[in-house]
Amino acid sequence: MTKPLKIVVLAKQVPDTRNVGKDAMTPEGTVNRAALPAIFNPEDLNALEQALRLKEQNPGSTVGVLTMGPPRAGEIIRQGLFRGADTGWLLTDRLFAGADTLATSYALATAIKKIGDVDIVIGGRQAIDGDTAQVGPQVAQKLGLNQVTYAEEILKIENNIATIRRHIDGGVETVEVPLPCVITVNGSAAPCRPCNAKLVMKYKYAMCPLEVDVNAECGMRNAELSKTRPYLTLNQWSVADVDGDPNQCGLSGSPTKVKTVQNIVFQAKESKTLTASDSDVEGLIKELLDEKIIG
Amino acid sequence: MNNVFVYIETEGTQVAEVSQELLTKGRKLADQLGVELHAVVAGTGIKGKVEDQILPYGVDKLFAFDGEGLFPYTSAPHTDILVNLFKEEQPQICLMGATVIGRDLGPRVSSSLTSGLTADCTQLEIGDFDDVKTKNHYDNLLYQIRPAFGGNIVATIVNPDHRPQMATVRSGVMQKAIYEGKAKNEVVYPEVSKYVSPEAYVVKVLDHHVEAAKHNLKGSPIVVAGGYGMGSKEGFDMLFELAKVLHGEVGASRAAVDAGFCDTDRQIGQTGVTVHPKVYIACGISGQIQHIAGMQDSKIIISVNSDPDAPINRIADYVIVGTVEEVVPKLIKYYKQNSK
Repeated sequence: MTKPLKIVVLAKQVPDTRNVGKDAMTPEGTVNRAALPAIFNPEDLNALEQALRLKEQNPGSTVGVLTMGPPRAGEIIRQGLFRGADTGWLLTDRLFAGADTLATSYALATAIKKIGDVDIVIGGRQAIDGDTAQVGPQVAQKLGLNQVTYAEEILKIENNIATIRRHIDGGVETVEVPLPCVITVNGSAAPCRPCNAKLVMKYKYAMCPLEVDVNAECGMRNAELSKTRPYLTLNQWSVADVDGDPNQCGLSGSPTKVKTVQNIVFQAKESKTLTASDSDVEGLIKELLDEKIIG
Repeated sequence: MNNVFVYIETEGTQVAEVSQELLTKGRKLADQLGVELHAVVAGTGIKGKVEDQILPYGVDKLFAFDGEGLFPYTSAPHTDILVNLFKEEQPQICLMGATVIGRDLGPRVSSSLTSGLTADCTQLEIGDFDDVKTKNHYDNLLYQIRPAFGGNIVATIVNPDHRPQMATVRSGVMQKAIYEGKAKNEVVYPEVSKYVSPEAYVVKVLDHHVEAAKHNLKGSPIVVAGGYGMGSKEGFDMLFELAKVLHGEVGASRAAVDAGFCDTDRQIGQTGVTVHPKVYIACGISGQIQHIAGMQDSKIIISVNSDPDAPINRIADYVIVGTVEEVVPKLIKYYKQNSK
């Protein structure tokens, strides 16, 4: 028996740390974020795909994308809409800035409460800018929900119980979890579908109010079209909008503090350079054998 | 009160190696702080089977929770145990493996206790901290040192005001050693139902399948590692041959794994395994920071690379400038000729 599900996808806009070029680091060893392209966190896309599949399998379900970040993170909601999500929310406020995982989880959990009656909260296992994998379980704890991490596939949902295959160290596991629950999805799950051309046309000018720059063409189009097409104005929430406690948000809500940040410098060694000639290679092998370094 | 705790992970009655590595590290931290090292383990049918795998690493007190439904691991019962035990014991530090279990459990516990948690630390030290904003001075905090931003920087994180200070560490980053000193070795078996609510057992594990590791890359004294420069999956065949004659194991860089040349479980680096072999032979590996971080403590590093300026050459003891296709077969040949 299927029933309509209310699904919230947690997604983050991240700097693409997988392709860090030389100009991405300043001479002082800090990160030049501006030099890195901002992308949809890869495992959050895997999570979005699982959500969209559930929506197809359970008619009447809705998928919404929840993200926190600066106004430009509205792009994450658009990317979700282009792929089949129904709605989205951008949490944006200076009070959210400087958050560690715990303060981030607090903000997201508060927003999920505000959204209300959510059956499934699903996100990527971790974001590539921090690789901590902490936000999913912390959101679950804050909402008092069960969690299944490292999910590879949601096999079925029946009688309000989800059956999920998950990755574990050295193997796999299949678990049953009652809804509502929080699920984090591993990168080994199915990749996300591409953008749908019709949806791109529909939502191309969708924007959060803070993103709208009426001097730019996109902003002008948004200002003009959203009068008759309200779905082009994306939800944008501040700390006050979600009834959040400012002391638990951002820097002040973060128990961890960054003491120092350093560039990585490896101790260079004095090395012996050899050629690929037979005599050089044989000489090396003999040296290693003589010194009992290899046996 | 105020002790160092290590969460012990098990598969059945087998204690995870990463937990033993953390006990050795935890013992050092406890000695430095002048406090005790405590361990907590939870499982089913573990009494009498796990103690010998835990106590020799310098444990003063072991809390062993043995009960139905504690294995296979699920989040809520183990969270209840740690949260309620920590409320009683008030530890200052809690360490756990950066494994699937540790990364599921750690954040849940830290959120319950609103304490800070730092994932995947590569170094743990004790030191002082001056908060420039509040002007407060803190003695003897845990420095949680970890790579960030895809391994391009290293950050030192502290949790000044919240306890316990929690950190996870990947397998192989620390090294285990039987404790030479004297530890109290006390063991207690608390009643599980006093710590875990009945509702906690709601997630059911229908099927749990773990395969024994196919290789011992982490413990191998000789590692032959290949990078993107190996060119193909077939290119790795000669590395397996070289590893076989040297009685070593094959590892790979992330680039080689991403390209499908080698299985993920052989990846060496920050997001893979950390190795400390006697000899590390890097073949066609350029040496990205995140790779070097996983092998820099190798005693002898040999780099085979056609590029004399490959970054890895700077930390190598021997650099053979040449193609892997030419050099690797010669290494095999001359080893066979000379080793008898």
